[in-house]
Amino acid sequence: MEKKLYTLLVYSENIAGILNQITAVFTRRQVNIESLNVSASSILNVHKYTITAWSDEEQINKITKAIEKKIDVVKADYYTDEQLFIHEVALFKISTPVLLDNPEVSRTIRRHDARMMEVNHTYSTVLLAGLTEDIADLFNKLNNFKCILQYTRCGRIAVTRSFDEPISDFLHEQDSKDND
Amino acid sequence: MSKEVITGSEALMRSLHNEGVKTIFGYPGGAIMPVFDALYGYTRGEKKMFDHILVRHEQAAAHAAEGYARVSGDVGVCLVTSGPGATNTLTGVADAMMDSTPIVVIAGQVGVGALGTDAFQEVDLVGVAQPITKWAYQIRRPEDVAWAVSRAFYIARSGRPGPVVLDFPKNAQNHTCEWNPIKVDNVRSYNPYPKIDSCAIEEAAKLINGAKKPFALVGQGVELGCAQNELVEFLEKADIPAGRTLLGLSALPSDHPLNIGMLGMHGSYAANMKTQECDVLIAIGMRFSDRVTGLPSTYGQQAKIIHLDIDASEINKNIKADVAVLGNCKQTIPAITSLLNENNHREWHDSFKKYDDMEIEKVIEPDIHPTEGPLLMGEVTNVVAEVTKGEAVLVNDVGQNQMISSRYFKFKNKRSIVTSGGFGTMGFGLPAAIGASFGAPERTICCFCGDGGLQMSIQEFGTIMEQQAPVKIILLNNNFLGNVRQWQDLMFNGRYSFTHMMNPHYQEISKAYNIPYDLVVDRNDLRSKVEKMISTKGPYFLECAIKENEDIVPMTLPGKSVDGMLLELDY
Repeated sequence: MEKKLYTLLVYSENIAGILNQITAVFTRRQVNIESLNVSASSILNVHKYTITAWSDEEQINKITKAIEKKIDVVKADYYTDEQLFIHEVALFKISTPVLLDNPEVSRTIRRHDARMMEVNHTYSTVLLAGLTEDIADLFNKLNNFKCILQYTRCGRIAVTRSFDEPISDFLHEQDSKDND
Repeated sequence: MSKEVITGSEALMRSLHNEGVKTIFGYPGGAIMPVFDALYGYTRGEKKMFDHILVRHEQAAAHAAEGYARVSGDVGVCLVTSGPGATNTLTGVADAMMDSTPIVVIAGQVGVGALGTDAFQEVDLVGVAQPITKWAYQIRRPEDVAWAVSRAFYIARSGRPGPVVLDFPKNAQNHTCEWNPIKVDNVRSYNPYPKIDSCAIEEAAKLINGAKKPFALVGQGVELGCAQNELVEFLEKADIPAGRTLLGLSALPSDHPLNIGMLGMHGSYAANMKTQECDVLIAIGMRFSDRVTGLPSTYGQQAKIIHLDIDASEINKNIKADVAVLGNCKQTIPAITSLLNENNHREWHDSFKKYDDMEIEKVIEPDIHPTEGPLLMGEVTNVVAEVTKGEAVLVNDVGQNQMISSRYFKFKNKRSIVTSGGFGTMGFGLPAAIGASFGAPERTICCFCGDGGLQMSIQEFGTIMEQQAPVKIILLNNNFLGNVRQWQDLMFNGRYSFTHMMNPHYQEISKAYNIPYDLVVDRNDLRSKVEKMISTKGPYFLECAIKENEDIVPMTLPGKSVDGMLLELDY
């Protein structure tokens, strides 16, 4: 089966130890996590994990179900890129002398809609929020200018194209059970 | 009104009582002493609430809790200390996870202040238990005891049952809290009973109504869902022959006309062969274990597959389903039944006979009615089954003893098989039988063991002696790790690498533990000795000197299709 980059959106209760349980599902099947982002979601006490991994659909489906089976995981779903709005953030620490010597560096930064965060005599920091390929492109270009001192990027964050959070319906159902 | 202030240990006792716990299998140690001290008062006198069964090894506590849960339908409970005490239970916990058995393991832990310091007998129990539990939780404060215990029991027993581990640091046992009973019956992130999809029900019924050669696979889910009667109604209305998984053996009475035997590697010939001939395969509360499917890519390819399960993660995990019916089979089976036409598949059903006859001639008759040579496992099982008239509970260990006793035992009643199916835990039999004897005190418990498995938990003779647990131990002694020996013959040119076993003098061991003992060597003595065992009150140890190199057939070789099942082995 064809391997694709899938994005899992996992919602869990905000308690210690869930991340370990989620990553263990990948480890057991020897599937490598490409990126991982964890943060509070728009729902009180619910955390959201955005995980990307290369897999075929059959396997990612099994992984998703195994994650959703964990007691404190509220919901888990997998998506392809076209089903999501995706963003990533990258920080570049570049050499200020190179930046000043070569005007093409600042042009490149502007062309990518990146923001200069700080400039001092030795280094400057640049922030770019965008798609994976935008960030990769800027990295390659700056790397060619040999100006990168440090570089980091966050894991992918994503929202679905549905109206609200994918778990809203589930939580409504659970709430209505409580009120029965 | 001022609330009562009690210790965490006392809160645990009351919380367990609130959950209906009556029997606890345990072993004390340093980090659980406050709990055992609280327990002491509740096991005697006016305040008596619990029976505490002191086992001889913590692994046995977990297996005993499993045995108790399987026959009673209640949650099995064990209580152990921290570190090695806790880790000793983990084999039982993994076993319970594989076989969907509701147990709650409560383990002591070093105080919260010492966590992470590698304190004496400290282990990260929640960390190691998480992959093999339904839920693992550390109770760090006494005020959390009531909530955590109630949640643990709710999770263990609801939906697809499973094991829960509670890690209980010593400070939480000793410190006090205001006591408030709590009843958890809902967890926001957990949906134990999926909503039943009426479209799936209709689709399943349509497929079954249109089937010419339907075949049902009955698993333990039927027992867990208490849907035995619904199953019979379903099978009878549509006239569907059914095979049972190892764990589902007592979900359908052995003598039911639609029961065509056991599925799996050493199951019935017809059940395996017909899997590859049916046109609709209806799997009910079973998970298409590799022991059932053989080579999955060849399994039931010609059939439309309907899969009824409560656990969404089982759907399409091993075998792709054409129709998935999620939900508790207590509801899904009758929902389908109501849409079924009365049917008759006489011709299809009759076609099983050819395979049954072949198996009877080549395997069953030689197994259960041999006329010469040493005792065989099959004849021992058959005699025990006849003497107990299908009323007893079968507990077995793992290996040849398990396969043979499961093949030839007879089941009339529900919840009558206690076996380690998914995990295949040697040493399971004896402690599980002890647990079963407390879970179903009115029933006869027959525990079939091999000489390998028995010695993995032989220390539990001490528990049997102390409790006078009425376990009938049938040792099928062939001086071999028989199953591995069989595979060595099949695949390793008969090189018996460490499978031959020198056995101890079991009569002397029985004598030391004051357990009545008998030995069967001659088949002419078999029935009378079995009758004596069954009629003797209390525990009994019957050693059977059986053929050393007996093979279990039929057999589907590993990695082969189920219709490649062999009636005799050629090596």
